[in-house]
Amino acid sequence: MAYSIRDHARPSKSKDISGTLEGSAPLKQLVSTRDAYGRTLLDLGRENKDIVVLDADLSTSTKTGLFAAEFPERHFEMGIAEANMIGTAAGLASCGKIPFASTFAVFATCRTFDQLRMSVAYPNLNVKVVATHGGISVGEDGTSHHAIEDVSLTCSLPNFTVIVVADAKQAEETVRAVAEHVGPVYVRLTRPLVPAVYEEVCNFVIGKAIRLREGHDATIIANGLMVSRALEAASLLSAEGISTRVLDMHTVKPLDTLAVRDAAAGTGAIVTAEEHLLHGGLGSVVSQTVSEHHPVPMRFVGIRDRYARSGKPDELLVLYGLTPQDIVDALKEVVDDK
Amino acid sequence: MTDTKLSPSELQGKARCLRCHIIGMTATAGSGHPGGSLSAADVVAALYFRVLRHDPRNPQWEDRDRFVLSKGHAAPVLYAALAESGYFPRELLYGLRKCDSPLQGHPDMQQLPGVEASTGSLGQGLSIANGMALAGRLDGRDYRVYVLLGDGEVDEGQIWEAAMAASHYELDKVTAILDRNRQQIDGWTKDVMSLEPLADKWRAFGWHVLETDGHDMEAILEALMAAQEVNGQPSIVIAHTTKGKGASFMENNLRFHGSAPSRDEMERGLGEIRSEEKCKACGVQYPGPC
Repeated sequence: MAYSIRDHARPSKSKDISGTLEGSAPLKQLVSTRDAYGRTLLDLGRENKDIVVLDADLSTSTKTGLFAAEFPERHFEMGIAEANMIGTAAGLASCGKIPFASTFAVFATCRTFDQLRMSVAYPNLNVKVVATHGGISVGEDGTSHHAIEDVSLTCSLPNFTVIVVADAKQAEETVRAVAEHVGPVYVRLTRPLVPAVYEEVCNFVIGKAIRLREGHDATIIANGLMVSRALEAASLLSAEGISTRVLDMHTVKPLDTLAVRDAAAGTGAIVTAEEHLLHGGLGSVVSQTVSEHHPVPMRFVGIRDRYARSGKPDELLVLYGLTPQDIVDALKEVVDDK
Repeated sequence: MTDTKLSPSELQGKARCLRCHIIGMTATAGSGHPGGSLSAADVVAALYFRVLRHDPRNPQWEDRDRFVLSKGHAAPVLYAALAESGYFPRELLYGLRKCDSPLQGHPDMQQLPGVEASTGSLGQGLSIANGMALAGRLDGRDYRVYVLLGDGEVDEGQIWEAAMAASHYELDKVTAILDRNRQQIDGWTKDVMSLEPLADKWRAFGWHVLETDGHDMEAILEALMAAQEVNGQPSIVIAHTTKGKGASFMENNLRFHGSAPSRDEMERGLGEIRSEEKCKACGVQYPGPC
């Protein structure tokens, strides 16, 4: 039977930009958000005895095994039972503990949505859901393991803070910040190594976008692994004489609406870029603020109402329209609309 | 702290008092779940007025025993027990389900002192109870955690995830009470989803199982005390009960799972409950202010 995967995915306009995670020059070394999480959690465990960790048979992958090895009495392996893990975390939080519950993003949210809603969000309990393996860059495991609805789901929950992490330095600062924050938080990390965006410091503050590049023709608002791609796109655009602002909107909820309004007012056009379904993700949230406060032309780079396939992360990011060139194309369109 | 010395007959009086409130509250609200509240009234009376270590003047006391109403639709029996314990004025009971009341249709721990968990979506309370027990163990506290499950509720898979975990972690401070009233919304539990052999299932999951007549106060106390003696494993008391217990026309009548008695039915029900023995101890007028 004739079958083209191009029929399935959004045809990428990408020509000469491979979009590989490894090929994200001019950014520098590749880093692991998961390893940063594991190391930081271990440090936090040494500093605060109320930090406890729960896993659902994936502590090797989520890197919480580091914490488990040093603090076995404060690490609770819950087996392949995510709903129970979230409920147990809620009970621990109601008694003053600061539970970090970790598994793959798809299981941490899709599998447990009612537990997140009823046992965590509604009573506003201090549970930290830190999920690895966000997005389609999970790769070969395919749709069952691709979390592309997680940001939308968690953003829909009152009381929740939702953060999508760009690199290892940011992961480190994020994990520290969410441990101090009182209230439920969802943090999304990635499976593959990602290009480092931040070197010495990220100056992460929950709900405060980071302006990585100044520009006046348009703004790219990105998060997660799309941040490095947004910077790459901005460099390509610069070579063509288009000046682009780049914002790392790591916190999707609560959104930094001031930064969005400022981008709309200051550059007059916005492109969002996310490794997530377009419905309900970063683009949706940003467009709500733009349309309410300062309407300007927008374009949205993300996954378009479909499930992805198995494949190498780099291949999938090309296939589903998440390359720097996709951002460049969207940005040129939106500038034309001004 | 509350008086822990009530006799079984005094506790029966408390249970009658809770039943009067349940009927009065739901009739006043015009909605709610009286059937599964009435079936649990004796167990809840035993817990709040004898077994639980708690202090209504200090609801956040760190060493208190916790009670999680996993079958959150039985909120009226919890609210009645909390009010009668002194967590808030009785008058609040009759605002049940009203827009300006902290007595939500299902319990909200953010709104009402003494409510330990927000419940109502079935199957989640046992996991929460396990978390509370794990926290107590880490902190070296000796409080116990009681969790009331519905029998229909144990259809939920999360209950069995939590049952495995409680056993795995040897949570002997956790005592579940299963309100075995044999009915759920769509009918008898045996017809909706077979549960038996229920005691064997819990035993197979590593629990110490006790069974009792859930309307015999002495038997309830005996079971709850026996559960406290169990070491190294969680315990469950399967309390055999009658849905709607206390008012003859409500007993085993599925209509009262999720529907309130009318005003006439309320009067009839209160008459049956109160005529058995005058409720001198509480002296409450039913219903309270609307």
